[in-house]
Amino acid sequence: MKEIINLPVKNVEEEEYHINMGPQHPSTHGVLRLVVSLQGEIVKSLKPHCGYIHRGIEKMCEKDTYPQIIHLTDRMDYLSAHINNHAVCMLVEKALEVEVPERVTYIRTIIDELNRIASHQLWWCSFGMDMGGLTCFFYGLRDREKILDIFEESFGSRLLHSYYTPGGLMMDIHPDFQKNVKAFIKYFRKKIKDYDDLLTGNIIMQLRTKGVGILTKEDAISYGVTGPSGRASGFACDVRKHHPYGVYDKTEFKEILGTKGDTFERYMMRMHEMLESMKIIEQLIDNIPAGDYKAKMKAVIKLPAGEYFQRVEAARGELGVYVVSDGNKSPYRMKFRSPNFSNLSVLDHISRGCKIADLVAIGGSLDYVIPDIDR
Amino acid sequence: MNSFFKYFTDIFYAVKSLLTGMKVTGRYFFSPWEIVTQQYPENRKTLKMYDRFKGEVIMPHNEHNEHRCTGCGICETACPNGSIEILQAKIDMPDGKKKRIIDKHIYHLDMCTFCGLCIKSCPSEAIVWGQEFEHAVFDRSKLTKILNKPGSSIIKDIVE
Ligand code: SF4
Ligand code: SF4
Repeated sequence: MKEIINLPVKNVEEEEYHINMGPQHPSTHGVLRLVVSLQGEIVKSLKPHCGYIHRGIEKMCEKDTYPQIIHLTDRMDYLSAHINNHAVCMLVEKALEVEVPERVTYIRTIIDELNRIASHQLWWCSFGMDMGGLTCFFYGLRDREKILDIFEESFGSRLLHSYYTPGGLMMDIHPDFQKNVKAFIKYFRKKIKDYDDLLTGNIIMQLRTKGVGILTKEDAISYGVTGPSGRASGFACDVRKHHPYGVYDKTEFKEILGTKGDTFERYMMRMHEMLESMKIIEQLIDNIPAGDYKAKMKAVIKLPAGEYFQRVEAARGELGVYVVSDGNKSPYRMKFRSPNFSNLSVLDHISRGCKIADLVAIGGSLDYVIPDIDR
Repeated sequence: MNSFFKYFTDIFYAVKSLLTGMKVTGRYFFSPWEIVTQQYPENRKTLKMYDRFKGEVIMPHNEHNEHRCTGCGICETACPNGSIEILQAKIDMPDGKKKRIIDKHIYHLDMCTFCGLCIKSCPSEAIVWGQEFEHAVFDRSKLTKILNKPGSSIIKDIVE
């Protein structure tokens, strides 16, 4: 008769193990690697490993002239390319004390908001896909295409535009720009109802996001979580409202703040923000003043020696640009405070104790763009 | 009793929310005129890009094989990543002086980031955006182009 060997049975329930999420994982939205420590399917802790798409943009800026830096900032947060350009342009203009024509500030503000809507639309697509709703992806991209068409008509490219230059714009807007933007707003006001029907009200999505990944206001402030993710926790951090640039001080819009700070609240923030952005555009689009599309600038731009800082509200939070100049035509040191890096740092904190499937939802709601984290 | 009642209302709202979503997809299914997809390779004949579309940097030549480039090299300096190389040549002028002209305007399409600084900085407007966008090739060296055509010369009235 065979003897039954009693193997020591380990309690697998209690054992902690690690899995790699990424760098090639569809729900990390890029080459981000998360080393997740799990017990069963409960997330115990997680470590983000960044740097897979590090290109040394800050270092490259040190050899480029200021107009050349613009095209590198496109490639950080590529979904808010115009807004990144705006930060550098404003920094140079502030340092040189150049007064840009009013037409330029109006156009820049409108395009920034269009860019914000396009970015949130793409976020909505990918968030829906993270939740398992592939339909959302197609409907979101369909509407984003309309904005990209407007962009392509005016500046020739769809994603990385390099349209702003220090002192103004590369070229004037297309004659049809205003007409097309108004047509888009009319179109999108109708279509955004589909978004609510498809995803916001969906029972699966609600059960998976409500009460998941709660970020308190105190934590949002101490981790520096800005943008819609920070505002969902009630942290009033909208740069457009508190340190207005462009023509935001002349427009009326609400800074919407959440209370709960869970994944659903972060979702709703962006849905509201799209409506607010449309409101801003509607107020400005008919009032673009006539004038020149760029200010007179010297052929070689040299910033006086010193330190400069400028911040803007990018689609994912506050982008800060810090320049140390030694009086040459390229900066001595350049530093970007990118919103996604701070937003990523909070992921470990809020996903502890969640299920691993919830991690995908939380990651989607923080909406990170990996090239902006690594730079 | 209360939780028993809630159990059924939850099911009711769940089914209702799913049906709301399916109504949207169903509506698009039965309204084919809302389709926006372009059949790309099939519509190549009729596909027209916007006027300002940035496809590649080109140098227009007129019917006498003449261009506007003086070979000054400003675009080379303006380019942030060295996508443009200017090779100059010296020719003897009838009055005995030597003059710089363009020998080769080398453009590396594979490195170009389409920032537009070269076109904006060119003083004689010799280069413009081209509309071509089908750049896929089997060999990377094919993406290095010489923009001034062989045997071309500069239009007479361009002065440096
Ligand atoms: S293309 Fe324009 S900037 Fe470049 S070398 Fe020719 S003339 Fe000069
Ligand atoms: S578009 Fe920009 S990257 Fe391309 S050749 Fe011109 S300056 Fe260089």
